[in-house]
Amino acid sequence: MPAPVIVATDLVKRYGEFAAVDGISFEVAPGESFGLLGPNGAGKSTTMRMVGAVSTRTGGDLSILGLDPDRHGPEIRSQLGVVPQSDNLDTELRVRENLLVYGRYFGLPGKLVAQRADELLAFAQLEEKAAAKVESLSGGMKRRLTIARALINDPRLLLLDEPTTGLDPQARHILWDRLFRLKEQGTTLLLTTHYMDEAEQLCDRIVVVDEGSIMAEGTPAELIRRYSSREVLEVRFGSDRNAEAAERLAGLGDRTEVLPDRILIYSADGEAELERVIDAGLHPITSLVRRSSLEDVFLRLTGRSLIE
Amino acid sequence: MSSESTPRPGHDVASAQSTDAAADAGRTALAGGIRPRRFGAWYVAEHRFRVMRSYLQTVIATGIGNPIIYLYAMGVGLATLVDQNLGDDAVDGVGYLAFVAPALLASAAITVASEEFTYPVMLGYKWNPIFFGMNASPLRPTQIVDGIVISVTIRMLVTCGIYFAFMLVFGAVPSPLGFLAIFAALLTGLGFGALLMGYASTLEEDTGQLAMVMRLVVLPMTLFSGTFFPLSQFPIWLQWIGWISPLWHGTELSRVFTYGYAEPIWLTVAHVLYLLALFVLGWAWARRVAVRRLNR
Repeated sequence: MPAPVIVATDLVKRYGEFAAVDGISFEVAPGESFGLLGPNGAGKSTTMRMVGAVSTRTGGDLSILGLDPDRHGPEIRSQLGVVPQSDNLDTELRVRENLLVYGRYFGLPGKLVAQRADELLAFAQLEEKAAAKVESLSGGMKRRLTIARALINDPRLLLLDEPTTGLDPQARHILWDRLFRLKEQGTTLLLTTHYMDEAEQLCDRIVVVDEGSIMAEGTPAELIRRYSSREVLEVRFGSDRNAEAAERLAGLGDRTEVLPDRILIYSADGEAELERVIDAGLHPITSLVRRSSLEDVFLRLTGRSLIE
Repeated sequence: MSSESTPRPGHDVASAQSTDAAADAGRTALAGGIRPRRFGAWYVAEHRFRVMRSYLQTVIATGIGNPIIYLYAMGVGLATLVDQNLGDDAVDGVGYLAFVAPALLASAAITVASEEFTYPVMLGYKWNPIFFGMNASPLRPTQIVDGIVISVTIRMLVTCGIYFAFMLVFGAVPSPLGFLAIFAALLTGLGFGALLMGYASTLEEDTGQLAMVMRLVVLPMTLFSGTFFPLSQFPIWLQWIGWISPLWHGTELSRVFTYGYAEPIWLTVAHVLYLLALFVLGWAWARRVAVRRLNR
């Protein structure tokens, strides 16, 4: 097995008494696409900043490309591409200029940067916007420009902190397509997200993080197999009758999960469970049988939904 | 000066990794850090100049327009009046224009400082947080601050150079050593500006603090710094304002150079040391804040 790009061992980040990251360990192999999944405030972004060599760890060990970020920050950052949670594109400069100026921070010659800038504008489907003001771009375009900027140094490792948060579905799909291409080209990706579908689409391997600790680790399929059933039946009875119905449904399936607005019944066969619900004399307003997702894994592990 | 130690090529890689591929990645990284470590501050300055291009017209207009307007108004307007009443050696044994011109030069440097060291700094941390973007690249927080200082120094030098050229045209520089006033003005702008930069760096929220500083410090400073009339015109209990004012020190220093204003040599040395001290203090302050704010 090739040497890992990232090795984190008992990584800790404390702000005063509060431990934002509380002893997490993981490794990321070259070419792998690795996801940190968790709700807001789980410690994902803090972990990203430590891996990005811009936040000094309080404890534990961290090695990026075999180097310690405490001593080799600039060296490590010279090999990273960073897409932060909120865009920090330079609004005083135009689209293409953002790439040019950023490339220079890496000490790359102007000519090379100019050539890459044009390639990346094509990759990000922003060629026509080269001379536009950043402010005039849509949210999706800004994100794509941020990703293009992160690629200007041809990074070995791309860090994406909630890359599609706040984008409409169409913009998300365009972005996923671009990221998938990078993955195919062998770029190592580390991304955080609280979207299940995003994690399932893009990640080879995932750790579920909550309150600064790792709850589980594996491929999306493994996690679903381990922590959930094949299918899920979702039934709604209206908020008034929800609790009462839940009592009568106890014992159905492998287990049930009662949410304020609906009841989830985990089972290998969702349709069969639905028949049992109806046999019990209950008539849900709506019912839905679907495959288990990482959302269910998270619910099982933490007892909470990801997006609250 | 650096918050991170100098790299020792090969050391970490050899000890931490066994495979060639990893050692390779580490070596590439070590090589990738060399230029940013050495020239990082200049890359930041490059960025500032690119941004300045977007308001180049303002830079040119103020750079050329200000000296013409002020020197004309003072030299032809006010100076005529003063000199008519007090003679050709109106103030300090020189004409009013020669008296006021070095002070205007120092003020011009203060103007550049209060433009470039305030809002752009707050912008970079807060409104359009590009400093965080820079910090995610190989650049270090201290280099971001250094880069701003470099770019402003250059802009200030050009502005003061142009100003001085107009002073020559208006015949406001009797002494052959007059050109040294450019550097006196530069030191004035940097000494005051570095403090402004330090302060602007600390502002997490904009509740009008900078506007307040402009109104209550920068503007009145001209009145209490011996710009238009000697500080000695004030009663002694008001003169202390001038003694702490960087503009007063810069103005007096400029006058020593442009017309040989007579003051004890220790005072001239004190002007230089005072302005240098402010510069170093403000710079170190801004660097400290940068490390704290960017490394969270």
